[in-house]
Amino acid sequence: MKIAVCVKQVPDTWAEKKLDAGTKTLDRESVDGVMNELDEYAVEEALQIAEANSGEVVVVSMGPEKATETVRKALSMGADSAIHVQDAGLAGSDALGTSLALAKALEGKGFDLIIFGSESTDARMSVVPAMVAERLGVAQLTFANNVEVAGSEVKIKRQTEYGYDEVTGSTPAVVSVVEKINEPRYPSFKGIMAAKKKPVETVALADLGVDAAQVGLGGSWSAVVEFADAPPRAAGTVVTDEGDGGVKIADYLSTQKFI
Amino acid sequence: MAEILVLVDHVDGAVKKVTLELLTLARSLGEPSAVFVGNGADAAIATLAENGAATVYVADAADLLLHPVAPKAEVLAKLVADKAPAAVLIPSTAEGKEVAGRLAVKINSGVITDAVGIDADLTSTQSIFGGSVIVKSQVSQGTPIITVRPNSSPVEAAPAAGTRVDVSVDLSDSAKKATTTNKVEESKGARPELTEAAIVVSGGRGVGGAEGFTVVEALADSLGGAVGASRAATDAGWYPHQYQVGQTGKTVSPQLYIANGISGAIQHRAGMQTSKTIVVVNKDPEAPIFEIADYGVVGDLFTVVPQLTEEIGKRKG
Ligand SMILES: Cc1cc2nc3c(=O)[nH]c(=O)nc-3n(C[C@H](O)[C@H](O)[C@H](O)COP(=O)(O)OP(=O)(O)OC[C@H]3O[C@@H](n4cnc5c(N)ncnc54)[C@H](O)[C@@H]3O)c2cc1C
Ligand SMILES: Nc1ncnc2c1ncn2[C@@H]1O[C@H](COP(=O)(O)O)[C@@H](O)[C@H]1O
Repeated sequence: MKIAVCVKQVPDTWAEKKLDAGTKTLDRESVDGVMNELDEYAVEEALQIAEANSGEVVVVSMGPEKATETVRKALSMGADSAIHVQDAGLAGSDALGTSLALAKALEGKGFDLIIFGSESTDARMSVVPAMVAERLGVAQLTFANNVEVAGSEVKIKRQTEYGYDEVTGSTPAVVSVVEKINEPRYPSFKGIMAAKKKPVETVALADLGVDAAQVGLGGSWSAVVEFADAPPRAAGTVVTDEGDGGVKIADYLSTQKFI
Repeated sequence: MAEILVLVDHVDGAVKKVTLELLTLARSLGEPSAVFVGNGADAAIATLAENGAATVYVADAADLLLHPVAPKAEVLAKLVADKAPAAVLIPSTAEGKEVAGRLAVKINSGVITDAVGIDADLTSTQSIFGGSVIVKSQVSQGTPIITVRPNSSPVEAAPAAGTRVDVSVDLSDSAKKATTTNKVEESKGARPELTEAAIVVSGGRGVGGAEGFTVVEALADSLGGAVGASRAATDAGWYPHQYQVGQTGKTVSPQLYIANGISGAIQHRAGMQTSKTIVVVNKDPEAPIFEIADYGVVGDLFTVVPQLTEEIGKRKG
């Protein structure tokens, strides 16, 4: 079984994120990059499925040179090889551009499963997996909190507002996983050393046959026209409970017309 | 007037409030048409008409319900091709965003997710980085597809014709590749739905266990609110995961959010920071959640919260 896992490098969750005044896109240079936390669950799930089905795991990531760190992390967790889509023309791509580049990188490689995180913590769109499924014309099995693979049949529990849906499909399939699904492993020292020797193929737009006009900031079909800091929340009142804390909140809620 | 398509969010014809918010918003952009996919259209049409839908497109063939996400995108793609609307508005739920993504690929249009407002020229407002930055965005190609967060617009009734127009689509093979075989409802209560509720009362690790949530529930019920939880509480199994608020849970934006025994980690704040009013009860005066509180009490939630619930009971009579 051949499994691809798509991982994205994002600014560290705790770092203060800024938009660049010129391009009006996320300033990725000034902050530390980490693997999108939710993609760690995708890597873990890919490894578990590969271990149970004598499969191989290929990491696929689109991002600048710096994203190599994230690719290496996935390899040190145990993935076998990687495809790093890297091209100056991709900077500033929207979800449509990203999904196009990823779909082209994945297409025709014989992947049975393509596993994603459910959301990137910077873009927070949760649309790339659905877009890739649409582009490749394969089954979309997303928001999984459980994945079962039996031969070519894939069954997931799709997390919903009210509980879950059981959704089935056949390989090849796109799967995205939510963070309840597993406990991602930490790279071992041995894993980190081994990762250094694992093959990473770097591909550019021309290699994928993607027209530069369709991706990057220029090819984005949605764009930020202006941005500003949100007006700061007016400083609130904090009191210490002296036996009447509940009554004080009730007083506050009354003044705000909630009671 | 330009036609604006609004995808209806419903359960077997019971229309969710976010749909009515979108119809109200759509009226400031053009003439709203509701797009209803699934069972129960007869029950829904009256509500949709009352809230401004001039037309209700209905797609209720059985095979549309068998498969997740893709059929809705295909119904919308067909309507965009036939009717050339000015925009498509979709509720910003997990599924809504996926529908928007597939639709964008199908019709070669730009997509904006999680809008909290839309101007007459279709410029969308988004609140990003946990509510610290306000962004205005535009779609530059195709028919703008915009997903809108629940609770970002008021609901104002405005009766319209609500003329039913049936729509049929031949599902593509790829739409049929995933099949929903079972729907499992893990919990359902009399409380309002988390993302739609005007008041949300949440509990975190400070609640101490599943039993502790009765204190949180009692407060929620006294205010007619929904119950939420931090990930620490859902991970521990004290409360079901679908009530988790935060980056990997629900994004809520109620009029009032009351956080009890929640420290205010960045991932939790990402899901509730745009609440209009935030009230906090936490025994640690250093808890970061106090930074975003409009009103906070440093104290033990097991004394403060029951007292508050009782006081609300008294005042409401
Ligand atoms: C990938 C990822 C995704 C995540 N997604 C989410 C998410 O969607 N939502 C989310 O909430 N978290 C999320 N988290 C987790 C987040 O980082 C925090 O760990 C979590 O929010 C902490 O929950 P808490 O505030 O309930 O617990 P804690 O941080 O342990 O805080 C408990 C608070 O309760 C107070 N307290 C204790 N006892 C009492 C008492 N008797 N009375 C009053 N106060 C009391 C304490 O002072 C403390 O401030 C995510 C983390 C990761 C890595
Ligand atoms: N640049 C990228 N490279 C690889 N995978 C990506 C990239 N962007 C998004 N993804 C994948 O798509 C998922 C959802 O991202 P998003 O739609 O941006 O919220 C992520 O969890 C990743 O698995």
